[in-house]
Amino acid sequence: MKPDLGRLLEGVAARIIAQAEELTALDSAIGDADHGLNMKRGFEAVLADKANILAKPLPEALKAVGMTLVMKVGGASGPLYGTLFLTLGKELPEDPTLADLARALTAAVEAIKARGKADFDNKTMLDVLGPVARHLSDGTATFASVRALAHERAEATVPMKAIKGRASFLGERSIGHMDPGARSSELMITTLCDELEACA
Amino acid sequence: MKKLINDVANVLAESLDGFAAAHADLVQLGEERKFIRRKSLKAGKVALISGGGSGHEPLHGGFVGHGMLDAACPGQVFTSPTPDQMIAAAEAVDQGSGILFIVKNYEGDLMNFEMAKEMAGRDIETVITNDDVAVEDSLYTTGRRGVAGTLVVEKIVGAAAEAGQDLQSLKSLGEKVNKRSRSMGIALTSCTVPAAGKPTFSLGEDEMEMGVGIHGEPGRRRVKLMPADAIAEEMIVAILADLEAAKSDQVLLFVNGFGGTPAMELYLMYHAAAGALARRGVKVARSLVGSYVTSLDMAGCSLTVTALDEEMTAFWDAPVHTPGLRWGM
Repeated sequence: MKPDLGRLLEGVAARIIAQAEELTALDSAIGDADHGLNMKRGFEAVLADKANILAKPLPEALKAVGMTLVMKVGGASGPLYGTLFLTLGKELPEDPTLADLARALTAAVEAIKARGKADFDNKTMLDVLGPVARHLSDGTATFASVRALAHERAEATVPMKAIKGRASFLGERSIGHMDPGARSSELMITTLCDELEACA
Repeated sequence: MKKLINDVANVLAESLDGFAAAHADLVQLGEERKFIRRKSLKAGKVALISGGGSGHEPLHGGFVGHGMLDAACPGQVFTSPTPDQMIAAAEAVDQGSGILFIVKNYEGDLMNFEMAKEMAGRDIETVITNDDVAVEDSLYTTGRRGVAGTLVVEKIVGAAAEAGQDLQSLKSLGEKVNKRSRSMGIALTSCTVPAAGKPTFSLGEDEMEMGVGIHGEPGRRRVKLMPADAIAEEMIVAILADLEAAKSDQVLLFVNGFGGTPAMELYLMYHAAAGALARRGVKVARSLVGSYVTSLDMAGCSLTVTALDEEMTAFWDAPVHTPGLRWGM
């Protein structure tokens, strides 16, 4: 069965909205306590515009999701997650293969680095997205291995000291908390794996 | 949480509607509440646009008007505004002489203003404020936060724009004022974000946060509450250590309340801070005391010291008429 974009979008949106309080709680430990609220607002706007988005071919639909997130989320997450979806839309063909996905996610990771002037090991969403992009490219990826990696890399942000984002103001005090952006990236990736596996 | 609200989801919208109605002689609310603009624009003037998360009122919307900003874009509480807001504001107030964005140094604000600049297709320059000495400016952080010194930048650059300076001169002036302004804050209690419903952090009865940011972010360290004189002393020492020019110059001393501290205590802190400056031979030439760059209901204050020169003093003294700041007219 061909993956249904509507189902993927609804799945990701539902997961982010359901976990909004957890994301906000993570953000209040080391940031400004708004990550869950902002992501929820963004994905509610995506759901509200779903009919319009799904009427488009995949690349244009992803760009529309990206633009909605840029305009509705605010904070740093809006431009960063917006850049993720805008780049995926720019890089993916209408009917992508795993190789296309690996290449597009790698391009998106680079675009996020440029937008946020950040790098790996700064305790950000890149610490989940970067390793997942590399794993998709190495030819051994399964739904289970991608899920496990996303979870492991989000957990791996706990002992990191933040170098970007508001958490960086905490210095040493940022150690011991999971990065909220790494967690929201993990949630998106694991949900996509779940939905794609159910379609397979 | 005990707040004067109806529905948590409508706090910002209802507050903006009230603000626009109360100051209808000075400002107008843009479509979909994307921005607050000056009611009567000045033809040919460089347009000044600022913005940032809400919860710092009167910053920034309260500083829209003659001699300060042309437009301000309010984000959700403590959340950057989105690019469509700045694009719409630019469309509304651009007089053909260019636009200056004044942006506090937070990654969200920087990225959203940067995307707006890329997408607006207009002649736009940006001044970034980062006056908070509590955070180390190093490769290992995002850099210093923009806090109450932003008001000083907006006032002085606003007066220069009103006087007809061009975009490049205003950008240079803004950067100069930012460089010569240094701030540090302390918190006695946390703020409570309405949508979160509970305090952002907790402080014991006898504790304070030294070096707090304007979103209740932690600063240098958590310490036992000290007498006001000792607090002011530590803040002034940190500020002056960072403000090399201050010793030989006349300064502006700005005592800013965070929203939950009465004016009585702010004046007491002014007395303490002015004393700490006087003991170091620094003369206070201008002063401002009040809650202007707030952090919702947080108790505490920040001190800002700006090393003035003749040009900056003249623009500080120039007439201003906004909902939040008014003198000379």
